[in-house]
Amino acid sequence: MSVLVIAEHDNAKLNPATLHAVTAAQKIGGELHILVAGSNAAAVADEAAKVGGVAKVLLADDAAYANRLPENLAKLLVDLAGNYSHLVATATATGKNVMPRTAALLDVQQISDISGVESADTFVRPIYAGNAMATVQSGDKVKVITVRATAFDAAPASGGSAAVEKLAGAGDTGLSTFVGQELAKSERPELTSARVVVSGGRGMQNGDNFKLLDSLADKLNAAVGASRAAVDAGFVPNTYQVGQTGKIVAPELYIAVGISGAIQHLAGMKDSKVIVAINKDEDAPIFQVADYGLVADLFQAVPELTNELSK
Amino acid sequence: MKVLVAVKRVVDYNVKVRVKADGTGVETANVKMSMNPFDEIGVEEAVRLKEAGKATEVIAVSLGPTQCQETIRTALAMGADRGIHVQTDVELQPLAVAKLLKAVVDKEQPQICILGKQAIDDDANQTGQMLAALAGWPQATFASKLVINDDGSANVTREVDGGLETVTVKMPFVLTTDLRLNEPRYASLPNIMKAKKKPIDTLTPEQLGVDAAPRLKTLKVAEPAKRQAGIKVKSVAELVDKLRNEAKVI
Ligand SMILES: Cc1cc2nc3c(=O)[nH]c(=O)nc-3n(C[C@H](O)[C@H](O)[C@H](O)COP(=O)(O)OP(=O)(O)OC[C@H]3O[C@@H](n4cnc5c(N)ncnc54)[C@H](O)[C@@H]3O)c2cc1C
Ligand SMILES: Cc1cc2nc3c(=O)[nH]c(=O)nc-3n(C[C@H](O)[C@H](O)[C@H](O)COP(=O)(O)OP(=O)(O)OC[C@H]3O[C@@H](n4cnc5c(N)ncnc54)[C@H](O)[C@@H]3O)c2cc1C
Repeated sequence: MSVLVIAEHDNAKLNPATLHAVTAAQKIGGELHILVAGSNAAAVADEAAKVGGVAKVLLADDAAYANRLPENLAKLLVDLAGNYSHLVATATATGKNVMPRTAALLDVQQISDISGVESADTFVRPIYAGNAMATVQSGDKVKVITVRATAFDAAPASGGSAAVEKLAGAGDTGLSTFVGQELAKSERPELTSARVVVSGGRGMQNGDNFKLLDSLADKLNAAVGASRAAVDAGFVPNTYQVGQTGKIVAPELYIAVGISGAIQHLAGMKDSKVIVAINKDEDAPIFQVADYGLVADLFQAVPELTNELSK
Repeated sequence: MKVLVAVKRVVDYNVKVRVKADGTGVETANVKMSMNPFDEIGVEEAVRLKEAGKATEVIAVSLGPTQCQETIRTALAMGADRGIHVQTDVELQPLAVAKLLKAVVDKEQPQICILGKQAIDDDANQTGQMLAALAGWPQATFASKLVINDDGSANVTREVDGGLETVTVKMPFVLTTDLRLNEPRYASLPNIMKAKKKPIDTLTPEQLGVDAAPRLKTLKVAEPAKRQAGIKVKSVAELVDKLRNEAKVI
């Protein structure tokens, strides 16, 4: 039995999200390999080789993989699948795009977004926005799995010394082409891995007011997130959205400001260690999951909090 | 150009589901059901393509028990032209749904298939990608903008973790919708009445030659761990004190 973890990267650096998939793969058992499919991505392979517990790194360096096009990546994965009992990726935008395509080509039913490993064929996954946990068993020959990053600790980024083996690419399907990207730039920690997250909702009223959260986040070295309502209203970009259909976060501290606490929002943050809610409505559902609730007007409370933290 | 839209009947997003006492699933009896919100966005996009003169016909497809016809009627009321119901009472998993949709695609030969990026019940986020794989088509997932080009390709803006990304896909292709693709319309009363007269074909997995048996076995469904109810603090100073000295997170 060997498990192949598909590395997430930008051709320059390994995305730390991959380290959570490595931990899940270790729980499954067997020899652990990492696939780095990219273009001029040797540095990523070297980084992957240092990850603790990894036996081998496969590097498929080909222009066809420069922009993570799912049609090309799935083709490569299908070629490799014969050597593995499990194909595992983190449930990122890329993982969610590539893995189901691979699974269908292999005629297997993917197991999405697992939060627990019971055995090599049995897994736990949240359904209905995390309001129920299903334990499912797969009889498929290869298990294609995506992993909920917040449910598994990161594997150590150093300590390993795996060999890097070069592979030929599987070619370009020509089905789609990459045009370009607009990445949201931020000096802050990444939302899904930050130790502290400060999120704003519709109560923020406009994008300009998010500066209040920026100042607070600066004090806490926090990432800034948002509810869907705040994103839909155009206060902040889509990359900020926390929730069932946005990003799943589980920081040490989550501060929800002007967010009511809809089921879909809770689904993305209720596994945070400590939750603080600031809301002027004392009946807001967010208070039902908050460890510390403050019933107050955010336009007073947030600047006051920022000040208090400077003391 | 035909556009096919998949519409799934799911527990309404406002319902907080409860796990059944015997741990076999969630309570769905007497629970309000609706069209998956991402599929409403899909229907809206398809109808807009027709209104813009790019599509000639919009076909809404739903798979599952008899009540799925209500979901198809909703799509017809929003502007879809006709419906296809693949009738089955077995638990459909994404691979089976994709195979059934592929069989419908073979019959109907649409140029675009629109699906939701995820269904809000099972949250699998697989079906569109799987359909594209089985059909050998490109996939443009998590779409927030669709532009049809004159040469029969399309440019699709996608919501990804780091921001937005644009890809060009050749027709035929699969599109999966993200929240910000459009704002779905409400069906007007006259259109709801008109929808009653629009045709719905019924097919079975057997007629389509597809084995729809589930591959994953659900061993149990349980409640998630509950959070302890917290406290209300009276002031910002008290909050900071608690975070520093009780929770020790700052
Ligand atoms: C298919 C689907 C998917 C969805 N996915 C997501 C998702 O991934 N993430 C997500 O977040 N939502 C999601 N939603 C939306 C969700 O249902 C809610 O609509 C949304 O979370 C509400 O955002 P909000 O709490 O910011 O806004 P509201 O519910 O409007 O709450 C605003 C809150 O701010 C408070 N407030 C206002 N002014 C002040 C003030 N001055 N001081 C203090 N408090 C103030 C109010 O008391 C209120 O509680 C989804 C919905 C659907 C249908
Ligand atoms: C424990 C458990 C028990 C379940 N029991 C049942 C059951 O008894 N009966 C039952 O019917 N389901 C049941 N389900 C749900 C069923 O397994 C899911 O519908 C299936 O796995 C599809 O996943 P998804 O909709 O999340 O796919 P996703 O890939 O998230 O769906 C994406 C899109 O695919 C399209 N799509 C998916 N399914 C359909 C469909 N049926 N018709 C039209 N379009 C569709 C839609 O456009 C949708 O937006 C159960 C699920 C679990 C976890």
